[in-house]
Amino acid sequence: MIQVDLNGQVAVVTGATRGIGFGVAKALSKAGAAVACIGTNAEKLNASVEQINSDGGKATAFICNVADSAAVKQTAAEILEQYGSRVDILVNNAGITRDTLLRVMTDEQWDDVIAVNLRGPFLVTRAFISAMRKKKYGRVVNIASISGMIGNRGQANYSASKAGVIGFTRTVAKEVANRNITVNAISPGFIETDMTAVLDPMIVTEMKNRIPVGRFGQPEDIANAVLFFASPEASFVTGQIIAIDGGMIM
Amino acid sequence: MDRNEIQTKVIDIIAEQLGADRSKITESTDIANDLGADSLDIAEMIIVFEENFDIDIVEEDAQNISTVGQVVDNIQKSLNKGGAE
Repeated sequence: MIQVDLNGQVAVVTGATRGIGFGVAKALSKAGAAVACIGTNAEKLNASVEQINSDGGKATAFICNVADSAAVKQTAAEILEQYGSRVDILVNNAGITRDTLLRVMTDEQWDDVIAVNLRGPFLVTRAFISAMRKKKYGRVVNIASISGMIGNRGQANYSASKAGVIGFTRTVAKEVANRNITVNAISPGFIETDMTAVLDPMIVTEMKNRIPVGRFGQPEDIANAVLFFASPEASFVTGQIIAIDGGMIM
Repeated sequence: MDRNEIQTKVIDIIAEQLGADRSKITESTDIANDLGADSLDIAEMIIVFEENFDIDIVEEDAQNISTVGQVVDNIQKSLNKGGAE
């Protein structure tokens, strides 16, 4: 793990229950940050938080659907209350897929993905930006996807949401740069998580052939990049989109 | 906080936000026409006023602000309403 000192800082991670979000929450915790872990499945989220804390971390679970405006407001208020109105790091990671070809994609499949993946980062970032502005410090890291950069068959909804996150990242970066708040995005390639475990083995094999480093990524590969963007030292890096994909797109 | 203190702080903020010459800003200065602020500059300035004075400026009031004096009036009104300071 990259060595970054986040002692005394407060981080919020959405979708912290599993996969990349869990890896990110663990890494931020190991770097010394208190981590507010947001997820929708109470039982699973609590188990993940317990695991972080049994490893010496300071994590707390918050149940919230990031697509629900009222719930986000409520949860943000609880988090700000608990951590003395301080949030230094926000990682918008929560995301879902509803893959299918455009020809047969339903309204629900489109709307659900846009709601969690694009409306979610908007609602959550808006909820914490005032606290960051007041402290004149903040690190926002959005988890996009290479699907949002180059497209991916079967992911019209997902790739549109992630391309949206990239535009959102750049615009918010411009709006808050003068407050010492940076906003960057990471585009993961193929990372071994529950999200990619459900893919057709044929597609998986084909994907692996397209990764120059010859392996799938792990959540830790993404977490290391998050640590960099989240560090105080990365103050001159903002509005950037970095693909962490083993060289899949270059 | 009295009106003069509010005025001083408001002019400081406007000068900083717009990179304007502080000595040329008075209560009758029109933020858009005289200082060249666009609608987003004004929206951002209102956020900064809210943060600095710990108040909420009502949306309709925010729309009607054009001069520095109106900003000061508005902030004074919000501070009295909220009972702050």
